[in-house]
Amino acid sequence: MIDWQPLWLSFRLAGITTLLLFFIAVPLSYWLAYSRQRWKVAVQAIVSLPMVLPPTVLGFYLLLAFSPSHAFGRFLDHYLDTRLVFTFPGLVVASLIYSLPFMTGPIIAGFSSLSPNLRAASRTLGKSDRTTLIRILLPNIRPSLITGAVLCFAHTIGEFGVVMMIGGSIPGQTRVASVAIYDEVQSINYSLANHYAIALLAFSFAILLLVYLVNHHFNHASTLP
Amino acid sequence: MLHTAQGLRALDLGFQWRQGRLLAIYGPSGAGKTTLLRILAGLTAADSGFIEVEGETWLDSDRRINLPTRRRSIGFVFQDFALFPNLTVRQQLEFALPDPKNKAIVTELLSLMELEEFHNLRPALLSGGQQQRVALARAIARRPRLLLLDEPLSALDDEMRNKLQDYILTAHRHYQLTTFLVSHHLPEVLRLADEAIVLENGKITAQGDPADLFAGRTITITITKNT
Repeated sequence: MIDWQPLWLSFRLAGITTLLLFFIAVPLSYWLAYSRQRWKVAVQAIVSLPMVLPPTVLGFYLLLAFSPSHAFGRFLDHYLDTRLVFTFPGLVVASLIYSLPFMTGPIIAGFSSLSPNLRAASRTLGKSDRTTLIRILLPNIRPSLITGAVLCFAHTIGEFGVVMMIGGSIPGQTRVASVAIYDEVQSINYSLANHYAIALLAFSFAILLLVYLVNHHFNHASTLP
Repeated sequence: MLHTAQGLRALDLGFQWRQGRLLAIYGPSGAGKTTLLRILAGLTAADSGFIEVEGETWLDSDRRINLPTRRRSIGFVFQDFALFPNLTVRQQLEFALPDPKNKAIVTELLSLMELEEFHNLRPALLSGGQQQRVALARAIARRPRLLLLDEPLSALDDEMRNKLQDYILTAHRHYQLTTFLVSHHLPEVLRLADEAIVLENGKITAQGDPADLFAGRTITITITKNT
């Protein structure tokens, strides 16, 4: 009998990560797209690191950082009474770092695709950068925002290496669907592993289909009133 | 400094203009016309300079004053119109209002620019001429002290160009605007401008009444034909 808890946990983790990342990634992407400061390339490289770094490397360093035997983990433990190793909040923090470039990438590309004169025009109309962002820029990069959110959600669902390193496999806490598949294979319980795998496969396909459908819709509907 | 096809050039000039007049900035490509307009708007930073509009200092590099674009009372019509793709014609004008409650001018501008029947359409569904009128109406909606037009008719054919010159003149007179028009199209300057400055290589080479200024200019045509 399939245990739905790992799938539910995966969706909860992905949902919370996507929501939080949206609010982090929009201002960060805006700055990366428009800032003229030279050191922004260094920030860009750091933000993109999780795309090329083996998840176990990221997970290993996060494990060290979150561990109460190291400074940051000790600080969290002593002063905030929070532990991030082998806990769900720890998975959320790790996912925020791990999935960040999947959210920022499409949003930066969206900002860069807009004519620079749109921002300039809004300024000449007396509008602040914040008003310009909310009323003009974001509505005109809606497909990029949706793509970023969906990719971030799907990428977090598929997270394995980082979760294994800092979350382990505690049922109801950190045992997400991808970890459950691994556990079932280890126990030679291929049938159950297959159930989880099919659920993830179907979900991943549906999510990509949704992205392409939404973008197709916006490309054709953008001219309509 | 200006980046031109001929390399870096300095933009170095000074002039005064009278309120309520239409001033044309005429000159060849790369002369610094658009840069001058963008400096007036605060969209491009000048290395040094002084700009005062109706007693208000917008730029004074000696006193380190540089009013940000959004605090300069300007209306700017870009070469590519820069209409917001997500807003309808009416919404573009409403967005420009300093006081969103006071929408009377929106209705007036839609009527003056003959845009009423398109008020609910987004820019992608409009022709070039209609887009230009929306851009002009949007720039005027906030009742700016300076209206800056950056080759607003360059993307249009001659017939459309003539028609739209009328709209510019109507708006300029109706709202008693002080207007700067960047153009490299001589007939346009002669028809619209009260006064003109000629910009060449980043410097003003002539200033005055357009008819006097360009009266001495001759047209030379050189034709060769192999027989």
